[in-house]
Amino acid sequence: MKRRSAITLVSAALAFAALTLASALPSDAADKVDPVADAKAFRKFFTDKFPKVKLEDFVNGPYSMNEDLYRQWQEKEQFPPYEFSLEMGKEMFSKPFKNGKSYADCFPNGGIGIRQNYPYFDEKEGKIITLELALNRCREANGEAPYSYVRDEMAALTAYMAFTSRGKPMDIKIPDDPRALAAYENGKEYFYTRRGQLNFSCATCHVQSPGERIRAEILAPALGIVNAMPIYRSEWSGMGTTSRRFTTCNSQIRGVPLSPQDDEYRNVEYYLSYVSNGLPISGPGARP
Amino acid sequence: MASTIRVRATSSGETTEVQALIQHPMDSGFVKDAKGEIIPAHFIQQLTFEYDGKNVFTADWGGGVSKDPYVKFAFKGGKKGDDLKISWVDNKGATDTTTAKIQ
Amino acid sequence: MRNMMQKSALVLALLAAGAVSAPAAGSEDEFKAAYAAAETANKEAGKLRNQWTTTAATLAASKKAAEAGEFDKATASAKEAEALAKASIFQATSEKTRWKELEIR
Repeated sequence: MKRRSAITLVSAALAFAALTLASALPSDAADKVDPVADAKAFRKFFTDKFPKVKLEDFVNGPYSMNEDLYRQWQEKEQFPPYEFSLEMGKEMFSKPFKNGKSYADCFPNGGIGIRQNYPYFDEKEGKIITLELALNRCREANGEAPYSYVRDEMAALTAYMAFTSRGKPMDIKIPDDPRALAAYENGKEYFYTRRGQLNFSCATCHVQSPGERIRAEILAPALGIVNAMPIYRSEWSGMGTTSRRFTTCNSQIRGVPLSPQDDEYRNVEYYLSYVSNGLPISGPGARP
Repeated sequence: MASTIRVRATSSGETTEVQALIQHPMDSGFVKDAKGEIIPAHFIQQLTFEYDGKNVFTADWGGGVSKDPYVKFAFKGGKKGDDLKISWVDNKGATDTTTAKIQ
Repeated sequence: MRNMMQKSALVLALLAAGAVSAPAAGSEDEFKAAYAAAETANKEAGKLRNQWTTTAATLAASKKAAEAGEFDKATASAKEAEALAKASIFQATSEKTRWKELEIR
């Protein structure tokens, strides 16, 4: 009797110990969300890893990681491949809707030089609003059909708006609102969560392996990665939106993509933009 | 309609460097659309750069050249202020031409 | 990078292969049961917002084989799809806590 209860006690203790060990991960639920500390650590991680890269150059993605690529890209920037899309975007932006209003009526400062403020947390709605989402809402509010988030028109519009903000530092705000913090944290979780049959997270490529190759491509660092959006990708022979990049990346790792502008995507864009605060907007970008 | 040809030519003493970006779908004729139907071949077949009455650069292209092709080359000669004439013809017989001043 | 990819893919392929038993006598009922189980698992993965493209592709292959009357092939595919779906559920559940291991601090 005594021996049996001793064994039971020991196994119970062992089980308890195992449970405690299992849950003693680096961050417990009690940890407060601290975006300021996150951003500082994020920046330090990349500047430590690439001490020769100037802070503002991180926004040039793979070009900041490889000298030969950088040289080719500098040459190409004299005659950027995104010129046609950018022009189309400017025309589209200036053209009034059927009801006589235009995009300028939906945005602060007429939509010029404001890209660096997106995404933002909308306190009324309690959700993150991205630039792409705001553009389509503007269209619908004025009786126009929304654009696909993954095609040329949305890419051209966001390209133009990014262009008017070139050089301005990313300036994302997290208001003192638990819902905003939750969205930020959700975005962070999405970024680091592995998914798809290939079991990759965004971090697998852009935190663990920037500067290294995946097949023939050189990987960009996560710091400043959204500052260049939207991007003209040679692979796409055209301009593509942030939504397009998120969804195609998901499929590339064999994960079924969510719908563009689903909460997770909006939140991860919010997180990535926030931790890149201070780095210049370089959009629209050109990429291999 | 706006020209499909963007060009910049800069002379530096003995040589002139030329860069051009041409807007053209350059469909190879092998790609299918969303409905599964072949997008017909539609690409530039010949591109020429003419200076002082002579062709300084000729390109004979096929469907293997990507959309919105970019060309960069240098030729001996060329003076600031002179004209450089660029023209292309595609497989549908369409053409475009433009003249730029060498800077 | 490649090693990591190979390792991950291998582990998951093994997971999937392990669940596939020897091809049983091809019956339509068996296929239907296997397909239903696979679909249920994939739907659950969907609720976790973590379906795999390969699950969908394997389900489609299973259906196609069944339509051609190749029921043992269809059942095998359906069982593989179920294994893939279950692996994707496992991934989503474990990643709920494991993501923090990758976080920059």
